[in-house]
Amino acid sequence: MRAVTWRGVNEIGVEDVPEPKILNDHDIILEVGLSATCGSDLHLVGGYIPAMRAGDVLGHEFMGRVAEVGRGVTKHQVGDRVVVASFTSCGQCWYCQQGLFSLCDNGNPNPGITEALWGQAIGGCYGYSHAMGGWAGSHAPYIRVPYADQGAFPIPDGVSDERALFVSDAAPTGWTGAHQAEVRPGDVVAVWGAGGVGQMAARAAMLMGAERVVVIDRYDNRLEQVRTHIGAETLDYEEVNVPAELREMTGGRGPDVCIEAVGMEAHSPGPQHVYDQVKQQLRLQTDRPTAVREAIYACRKGGTVFTLGVFAGLVDKFPLGAVMNKALTLRGAQQHGHRYIPEILDRMSRDEVRTEHLATHVMPLEDGPKGYQMFKNKEDGCVRAVFRPGA
Amino acid sequence: MTSSTANAASHAVHAGEALVRQVRSAINSSAHTPAAAGPPASGWLVVTVLCEPSAIDTAALPTPLAELGDKIEVRVRPAADSKGTELAARLTDAVSSGTAAQRLSGSDPQSDVRSALRRAKQLIEVGEVLAVDPAPHGKRSATPGGLLLETWTKVAPKAGVR
Repeated sequence: MRAVTWRGVNEIGVEDVPEPKILNDHDIILEVGLSATCGSDLHLVGGYIPAMRAGDVLGHEFMGRVAEVGRGVTKHQVGDRVVVASFTSCGQCWYCQQGLFSLCDNGNPNPGITEALWGQAIGGCYGYSHAMGGWAGSHAPYIRVPYADQGAFPIPDGVSDERALFVSDAAPTGWTGAHQAEVRPGDVVAVWGAGGVGQMAARAAMLMGAERVVVIDRYDNRLEQVRTHIGAETLDYEEVNVPAELREMTGGRGPDVCIEAVGMEAHSPGPQHVYDQVKQQLRLQTDRPTAVREAIYACRKGGTVFTLGVFAGLVDKFPLGAVMNKALTLRGAQQHGHRYIPEILDRMSRDEVRTEHLATHVMPLEDGPKGYQMFKNKEDGCVRAVFRPGA
Repeated sequence: MTSSTANAASHAVHAGEALVRQVRSAINSSAHTPAAAGPPASGWLVVTVLCEPSAIDTAALPTPLAELGDKIEVRVRPAADSKGTELAARLTDAVSSGTAAQRLSGSDPQSDVRSALRRAKQLIEVGEVLAVDPAPHGKRSATPGGLLLETWTKVAPKAGVR
């Protein structure tokens, strides 16, 4: 079968790969209907997470129909239309039982790598490097889904493929940020990043009762999407002084909750971007934490800062003094999707969560390199390139 | 040497020292983590399994541990705060726990015990040991980085910080 693969730093290919097979009793084979690019893929594409091998199949956000079931699968049948959480989580270990599915003890077959990096291994993720399990990704006609009774969710009849697709990763990641940051009714919430995850974090915060939600970015089309489809306010960080605007909006206090949905390749105007870029390229830091720094400075005293964007290793000039002296709560997580997906699908069926607008460019698999180029360079207003293997 | 020259030289030295520290840190981040402290002197490797202690019979251990036979001794005790059961194993012969590099590359004397504990935990909790290979992939290019990653991936199931 044909698949979109990582061939090297900034090199995407489309090539023949073998079809997946059921290897464990709890597997299903999914015929992929739609598979999205994700901002976190760009860290792999750019070589910032050096655990990819040439030929690895990309993609971790996907939906489709069940094509084959393992003998231990009880919840799914051939032909079922399902969306799959991007993390491979067993559902049985203590972490899964606490609802912390991305921290699954058993979902990463290569635990030694992330244990060396972070002290403990977390769960695995499809198409997201050998550090995260070495799972083949979803930019292909078929994908193997382990722990299928846990990670695959039936899509309600009234929810379109295009809407359900983003229940795989962007939406539950946003929900993870807002819920784990403990957004409360009446809160003012600021979200850095107006990509798919940032938009979903903003929507989740609104549905959790936040009084005011502000999303920060520099791309007009994304900010327009936030205003139109999410219903949140926006700030263009190239036009305004973000901390000053946030202070004014909050009576001088600062936001109660600050959610960073940008990640390790953050951009900012001014010299600090150059500084971070140089240090990252020299491998003196692995990640650029620009948005995290701003979130920490902007957050109200005693507030919460949540790092939802993907970070891999070490950062420089981290304002720990502000964290300590302002009594901030600093949290982070990959997505605990299994916990939130049923609620999100239910809200989607009631039209409370809409995501179709994120799929700005839908194309066949053969256009994989073009799709990643458009997505990376934000060409033609690309918010997400989405591949349709059957096209 | 003028005072401004001396100051400049001093700044340069400090900058150089900072650079060296950063490079060392980036190359060997484990030097600043508990991993560098090594495993406990007792030699026990432990996983916490979400089950009652009575669910683990040390006389009828899961296959991965049973296969190690009398090479290992096993200890079971309740985990704190209802987090399950701590399943510990160590080699019966007192051997070195290896260096941090050996542990991280899965080549330390206890690597088979570490792998067996992980697989035993999966069998008890999930009923299967998760397999990833063969995973579909395209053409592999023969690059030094790729070969290094392939090697590390092969040993990763046995590798760990303790």
